Amino acid sequence: MADLRIKIGPLELRNPVILASGTCGYGSELEDFIDISELGGIIVKGTTLEQREGNPYPRMAETASGMLNAVGLQNKGIDHFEKNIYPHLAEYKTHVIVNINGNTIEDYVELSRRINSFSAIPAIELNISCPNVKQGGMVFGTNPASAREVISAVRRVYDKTLIVKLSPNVTDITEFARISQEEGAEAVSLVNTFLGMAVDISNMRPKLSTITGGLSGSAIKPVALRMVWQAARAVTIPVIGLGGIMNAEDALEFIMAGATAVQVGTASFINPRAGTEIVAGIEKFLIEKEIDSVSTITGIINRK
Amino acid sequence: MKKRIEDLTVIDNSKLAEGFFVIKVSSSEDLTGIKPGQFVQALVKESPSTFLRRPLSVHDINPSENTLLLLVQIAGPGTERLSRLIPGEKLNLIYPLGNSFTLPVQGERVLLAGGGCGMAPLLYLARKISESGVQPHFALGFRNRSRILTHDEFSALGPVYLSTEDGSQGYRGFVTDIPEFSNEHWDRVYCCGPEPMMKAVAALCRKRDIFCEVSLENLMACGLGICLCCVVPTTSGNLCSCTDGPVFNINDLKWQTSG
Repeated sequence: MADLRIKIGPLELRNPVILASGTCGYGSELEDFIDISELGGIIVKGTTLEQREGNPYPRMAETASGMLNAVGLQNKGIDHFEKNIYPHLAEYKTHVIVNINGNTIEDYVELSRRINSFSAIPAIELNISCPNVKQGGMVFGTNPASAREVISAVRRVYDKTLIVKLSPNVTDITEFARISQEEGAEAVSLVNTFLGMAVDISNMRPKLSTITGGLSGSAIKPVALRMVWQAARAVTIPVIGLGGIMNAEDALEFIMAGATAVQVGTASFINPRAGTEIVAGIEKFLIEKEIDSVSTITGIINRK
Repeated sequence: MKKRIEDLTVIDNSKLAEGFFVIKVSSSEDLTGIKPGQFVQALVKESPSTFLRRPLSVHDINPSENTLLLLVQIAGPGTERLSRLIPGEKLNLIYPLGNSFTLPVQGERVLLAGGGCGMAPLLYLARKISESGVQPHFALGFRNRSRILTHDEFSALGPVYLSTEDGSQGYRGFVTDIPEFSNEHWDRVYCCGPEPMMKAVAALCRKRDIFCEVSLENLMACGLGICLCCVVPTTSGNLCSCTDGPVFNINDLKWQTSG
């Protein structure tokens, strides 16, 4: 047995593997395949105050070792969430985190205030990095002053664990990690998807209805890993690493580069058991290497 | 039936027409709980450009052999790799996915309208309809003679009316040009094929007030209702074609009401 426990602010996770927002639904979609409670946590899909229909189809294009998506935060809004989704989430014996989005700072604040009252939700992931909405999202996450303003405003009304999800579509991601720390976030998660696009040469049209979308999957892993490594050296709060993690080896790379925890995203589309298999793989690795605790190897490449 | 991930064993892989294959796989688990209209997500190995699984309709189930048939059209490197599967190889599937067709009731006249590879789910549907004591009829359209995908299993279940766009076999034109389709009385039409074909079938059914279900083949990533990529606009908002579909009543689809 290896000790897989890690801490994100006041939260203790039983292991460092969290399912990423937008790739695990509300957990129930994966229940035929895995026991959600075996994970360190799940981050349920991007939620907004009001119901959103998202972007028109087509919203997806497969790319070399990855995929583009342009979903656009389709969800039924916080009222529906509270009434219809939350009761089931409250039964999970793991941390359930809500990814929150808004068009304006007021939206983010109101949503944070609402979720602050949900006793079974110990943390929010402040999404200032969605590339697929015209307002809000990445607009906040690519401008340092706007990022500071929204994080600060949410921090004032939200007294549980605040994780800020950062966009990789910036020149220097460490600047946004530092701002998150300065404004009182307990952790940062990075990276969200990279802005990309694809053209269908047979009909000479963009493959996505929105022309551009967010790239995820194995294709982004080396770049995501580099950004996680940079951010982990720039801040003292925990960094949650994500971007193209498909298996335990990928997850271990992020951990060794400085991630306290990891998120598994697109991998679940191909293997709905990816999350729990990665937990098992990390444990197996530690046992084979005779390492007592996962925290021993967090950021180990920076210490040699 | 619970969804599962399983390595199934390829029993047979045979060419049906140029660019079309039927793959037969056997399972160690019971396959008879699969409903007509459901699909699988197939993992493609050794194809670096194939990152996601490939959604494929369940073409047929043989309960005595406990085998499942998949009809595959080569559309890119992923399906090309699948076409080269050999007996004994494993094929990893997530299944069964999606909803299913609504079966007819005794005494109804039902037509199964398929276009090209879109006819894939209609064989298993016809088998289930036949088992329920209703006679299925097929109206199947193809581009030309060389791309006709019917095989003996269809005619064993019911009359097959064919059309080809160039008239090289059967009626010249589209499925909707088949006289039996437009002239005879039908209580239910089940349809799967290219979108223009399904829209034409839906328009015809709407005009004649025929119950009609279509099976959509939207692009998708997960097949589990998670990625929200395969959405279709309906009277109840954007729904996932992978979990709320792939089968939809035409009256629920926005594309039908708008034209």
